[in-house]
Amino acid sequence: MTEVPEKEEIKNWYYSNFELFENSLNGQSKAPVHKIRKEAIAEFIELGFPTTKNEEWKYTNIAPLLTQNFKPAYLSNKISLSKEEVSKFLFTGVNASILVFVNGDFSNELSSLLPEAKGVKFESLRQVLNNEPDFIEKYLLKSNKTIDGFSALNRAFISDGIVLRVPDSTILENPVHLLFISGSDEENLLVQPLNYIFVGKNSQIKIIESTVGVGSKAYLLNSVTEIFTGENSVTNYYKIQNDPDTCFQVSRTLIHQERSSVFTSNVISIGGELIRNDISTIFESEGCESNLYGLYLADGKRHIDNHTLIDHAVAHCHSNELYKGILDEKARGVFNGKVLVRKDAQKTQAYQSNKNLLLSRLAKVDTKPQLEIFADDVKCSHGATIGQLDEQSMFYLRSRGIGTEKARSLLLNAFASDIVDLISIEPLRETMNRIILDRLHKVSL
Amino acid sequence: MLSVKDLYVSVEGKEILKGINLEIKKGEIHAIMGPNGSGKSTLANVLAGRQDYQVTSGEVIFEGKNLLELSPEDRAREGVFLAFQYPVEIPGISNATFLKTAVNEIRKYKGLEQLDAMEFLALMKDKMQVVGMEQSLISRPVNQGFSGGEKKRNEIFQLTVLDPKLALLDETDSGLDIDALKIVANGVNLFKAQGKDNAVVVVTHYQRLLDYIVPDFVHVLYNGRIVKSGSKNLALELEEKGYDWIKEENQFSDSVK
Repeated sequence: MTEVPEKEEIKNWYYSNFELFENSLNGQSKAPVHKIRKEAIAEFIELGFPTTKNEEWKYTNIAPLLTQNFKPAYLSNKISLSKEEVSKFLFTGVNASILVFVNGDFSNELSSLLPEAKGVKFESLRQVLNNEPDFIEKYLLKSNKTIDGFSALNRAFISDGIVLRVPDSTILENPVHLLFISGSDEENLLVQPLNYIFVGKNSQIKIIESTVGVGSKAYLLNSVTEIFTGENSVTNYYKIQNDPDTCFQVSRTLIHQERSSVFTSNVISIGGELIRNDISTIFESEGCESNLYGLYLADGKRHIDNHTLIDHAVAHCHSNELYKGILDEKARGVFNGKVLVRKDAQKTQAYQSNKNLLLSRLAKVDTKPQLEIFADDVKCSHGATIGQLDEQSMFYLRSRGIGTEKARSLLLNAFASDIVDLISIEPLRETMNRIILDRLHKVSL
Repeated sequence: MLSVKDLYVSVEGKEILKGINLEIKKGEIHAIMGPNGSGKSTLANVLAGRQDYQVTSGEVIFEGKNLLELSPEDRAREGVFLAFQYPVEIPGISNATFLKTAVNEIRKYKGLEQLDAMEFLALMKDKMQVVGMEQSLISRPVNQGFSGGEKKRNEIFQLTVLDPKLALLDETDSGLDIDALKIVANGVNLFKAQGKDNAVVVVTHYQRLLDYIVPDFVHVLYNGRIVKSGSKNLALELEEKGYDWIKEENQFSDSVK
C-alpha cells in the first residue's frame, strides 16, 4: 500500500497549482471572483483535507484519495470527445435537453437543447461571472460557505459549471440532463464544477445529473451545486453516479426552498471508488416539501457515504427521507441523516429511514439517523436497519423451483425497487432497473 | 411415488420426528392428522427441503430419486410442492414476476421452452378463475397485505399453476371460513384432476377440510411417530373423540417400551 504523504506535502501540491492557476488567469486575477478564490485557498491551507477526527467525516477515511495528487483540470490538456462517444453515456429512450461538461468545462458542441427548453436560460458559470458582477455578491458569497477542505478547494479553483435559470410559470415536460464526463489518460485530474439552478415561481423541472468517467487515470470530482426552488415550484432531481473505480467523488448539494415548493431528489450510486454526498435542504418559508431518496450499491473495497441535512426552520413543512444500501465483499456504507426541527417549526412532519443489506461478513455500514426536535407540535420518525437477506423469503422462492442465485437477485432487486420505482421518468426508471439488475448479478456472485 | 423410511428429524437439537414410515402411491390422497406439536408441519417442511431441519437418519425416495440429496429448488422442479402454513410476504416482487420466474425455472429444468409473457398470462387467467383470485392480487407484491384467506388461496393458485406431482398442504385450512375452505378444496381437487397420477398430502389438525378433499388414507401422527393409519373414517372418529384417546393409548405403549 502506498504511504499517505505528509499533510504539508499535499497542501503544497494544491497551493503550487493554485499559483499556476493564478498565473494562467491572464489579468483576470483582478476580477472580484478571484478574491473568493484567494480566501478559499488560504482556508484550504489552514484546514487541509478532513480526517476521521472531524465528526462529519468520522466514518469516511479519505486516505485512498490522499495517496495521489490530482491536477486541477483547468491546468491540464483538454480532452476531446465526439458526439458518438458522449451518446453512450445517455439514457436510452430519455428525451432530454443535454448539457455536457468535460472535466468540468461546459461544452457547447456536445450539448443540445429541446425546443421546449427555449425559455430556460442555460449559461456557463464562466459566462455569468463575466457578465453579471453582482452574481458573486448575491450567490457566491452567500450560502455556499467553506465547511471543510473540500468545499474550500472547490471555491479556490472556481472556474466553470452551469447556471440554469427556469423562468416563472414554465413547465418542462422533458428532463434536463447534466452530464459530467471526467478523466484523462494523461494524469490524475481534479474536476470541480460549481453549479447554480434556479427554478422560478410555479415552474416544474426534472433534472438528471449523471457522472461518468473516461480515461485510465484517476479523478477527483469535487462538485458543489446550489438549487433555489421558487414559490409553488416542483423540482425532481436525479443524481446517477455511475463512475468507474478510478473515481473519487465529493458532492455537495444545497437546496433553498421557497414557500410551497416541492423538491425531490433521488441519488443512485452504483459506481466510484469513494463517494461522499452531502445534501442539505433549507426551508426558507412555510408549506414546503422535501423528499430525499437514495440507493447505494457497492462491492470490492468501495466506500459510499451519504450525509443529509434537512433544516425545518419554519412551520408546516414536510420532509420524507429513504436511503437504501446493498453492500457486498469489503464495501462500506455510511448514512448520516440529520433532521433539525427548530423551535418555530410547528406542524412539521419529518420521516426518515435508512435500510441496509449486508451480503458479506466483511461488508460494513455505519448509520446515524439524527433527529433533533425543538418544537412540540410535530410528527417525526426515524429509523435504521441493517440485515441480511431474509432466509424465509429465500426458502419460499426456492421451494417454488427458483434457484439460489436467481432467488437472491430477485430479492435484492426487490429491495432496491423501493427507490428505483420512485423515478418518475419512465425510460430512466427502466434503464436504471436494467443497470441495477446487472450490477446485482455481479454483486451477488 | 413417495416412500419415507424410518425418518428421524431434529430441529435445533431436539428430535421431532422419530421414525416416520409412509408410502404414497400415484393418485392417492393422504391426510396426516395429529395434535399440536406432534410433528406434522415438520414432516411437510422437511420434505420440501427446509434447511434448519436436520435429518438424522432414514431415507426419502421420490419418483426413484433420493429426495434428501436434492436442494429445495430441485425438489420443486422434480414435482414436490409445499403449500405453506404461513406464506411469506415478499415486498417488491409481484406475484406475476414471482410465478413466471418459477414456471420458467421449472420448465428450463425439464428441458421445455420458456413461456413468453402472453402464454404465461393465458395460463394465469385460466387458473385464477378456479381459485377466485382477483386480477389485482396478481400484480401486487407476493402476499404483501393479503388477508389470511388470500394468502392461502394464493398458495393453491401457485399449486395449480406450477402443476407438481405431489402437493403437501401444511394446515392450509387453518383460519379459513367455510367459503374460503371450499375454494381452497376446489383448487386442490382441480390439481388432482390435472393429472390422474397427482398425489396430495393434507396435513391438518381438523377433519373439516377432509369433507371436501376426501382422503384415501388417514394417518395419525403423535409424538413424532405415525401411531395409527386407517381410512377416512379414522378422521371422523378423531373429530368425534378428539386426540386424547390417541395420547392415552400411546402413553401406555411408551411406558411398556
